[in-house]
Amino acid sequence: MEEQRIGTANGQEPTIVAFFCTWCTYTAADLAGTSRMKYPPNVRIIRVMCSGRVDPQFVVEAFAQGADGVLIGGCHPGDCHYVEGNYKTLRRIALLKRVLREMGVEDERLRLEWISASEGDKVARVINEMVGAVRRLGRLDLPAKRRGWDAEVLPHHGPTEAPAAAAASTGR
Amino acid sequence: MSNPTKPQVAFYWCASCGGCEEAVVDLADGVLAVVDAVDIIFWPVALDFKRSDVEARPDGSIAVAFVNGAVRTSEQEEMAHLLRRKAQFLIAFGACSHLGGIPGLANLWDRESVLRGSYGEAPSVVNPEGTRPQEAWQENGRLTTLPAFRDTVRTLDQVVEVDYYLPGCPPTPKLLMDAVQAILSGALPPRGSVLAPDVALCDQCRLKATKPDRLLLTSFKRPHQVLIDPETCLLSQGLLCLGPATRAGCEALCPSGNMPCTGCFGPTSRVHDVGAKLVSAVGSAFDANSPEAVEAVLSSIPDPVGTFYRYSLPASRLRRKVSQVSPAEAAQ
Ligand code: SF4
Ligand code: SF4
Repeated sequence: MEEQRIGTANGQEPTIVAFFCTWCTYTAADLAGTSRMKYPPNVRIIRVMCSGRVDPQFVVEAFAQGADGVLIGGCHPGDCHYVEGNYKTLRRIALLKRVLREMGVEDERLRLEWISASEGDKVARVINEMVGAVRRLGRLDLPAKRRGWDAEVLPHHGPTEAPAAAAASTGR
Repeated sequence: MSNPTKPQVAFYWCASCGGCEEAVVDLADGVLAVVDAVDIIFWPVALDFKRSDVEARPDGSIAVAFVNGAVRTSEQEEMAHLLRRKAQFLIAFGACSHLGGIPGLANLWDRESVLRGSYGEAPSVVNPEGTRPQEAWQENGRLTTLPAFRDTVRTLDQVVEVDYYLPGCPPTPKLLMDAVQAILSGALPPRGSVLAPDVALCDQCRLKATKPDRLLLTSFKRPHQVLIDPETCLLSQGLLCLGPATRAGCEALCPSGNMPCTGCFGPTSRVHDVGAKLVSAVGSAFDANSPEAVEAVLSSIPDPVGTFYRYSLPASRLRRKVSQVSPAEAAQ
């Protein structure tokens, strides 16, 4: 599972997983691309229909699999294609941040931004800022931390990662 | 002493409060039926067998080993490995063994802070010399040893392979009885199953009919802050009832007693991270559309991790607080 992670060759560059809603932020990222705006290649963009589709479990899973930051982009309040999906995102991410903070995951590693389809420049700016902020924090690299935590116990026999691995293979 | 015709059963406790052992005793008359059908060959809390008695048995000769409690010390780990080797079925018994349970909340700290708290800073502790338990101590030519205290609390299946899970804090006598019967008759679900229904608790709750489809709460309340209406869904009254995201099987004992579900049965099989799933559910249940309004509502949840991962922090996808403990330090 950990090996499947896409990242830079030496593993020292942070990886940011970005969930962009198809109607606004993904289109804006497209625009940034066609307008040849530059942003660092650390971001892996996942297109979702709505920022409201981003189950907080996705965010936690991204961190668990080695993401150093997670960026969520959705339509501005009032502009959601599904009327109130982004309001749910606002509440969920605010609550998730409180949980993650207590778990030692810094606030800067999770960012929610409203970016409309025409704001290609904002995509580039937000990604630049976030990569900078996460670089300053250093890598989170949970898979490596987990190996460190496990070094204290007798050799593993249990299917520690089984539930998530099973989930990934059935595509749920 | 042991009767070779009866299946042999072992019970063991790891980092446990004793409530799971109590649940076995709570079988009341049922326990006699169990004792009649099986031969209990190891149960440290009740019977005087030793670890060496278990070690002396052939591998795989114990039919079922029930292990409760989370795994925190080297001794608990060794016992988990030993019982795994000796037993055909290893059952994680109770929330602590299943998901890490209440002791798993210690994963919000590391070993050093736990020891510092317990042997130094706790208000009831007087320990001017800063004495702490030692793993080995030599005096008068005699060596005394204690198990190693790990940095991280683990679920049983993070240490050894587990065949079945009996959820609950503690599991109800009925679930335990059903499980014993299923094992004895060989009528078992696929390996790795949780031995309880795979639906949400609301399904078994007598207040379900009063639960609205859409909740627009403006604050969350704790049970001592409100006069609870016993005939209305607790969540709709603003109490953080975790029934919608918790596995059924307890028959909604807590909501029936005006106590919101705290999630001890863990999630259904579709959930991969209990806390994150609850963040999702709770985020949909309240009404606030500006960052300020959201913060105001969320301030009514004083302890999000303790609320959403009360029984499952070690089983969460993050597993523990992401502190900067080095592997070498952790390995001590
Ligand atoms: S599951 Fe509950 S009753 Fe059993 S040992 Fe843990 S805290 Fe005690
Ligand atoms: S009281 Fe709790 S368990 Fe019962 S229906 Fe409401 S949310 Fe579900």
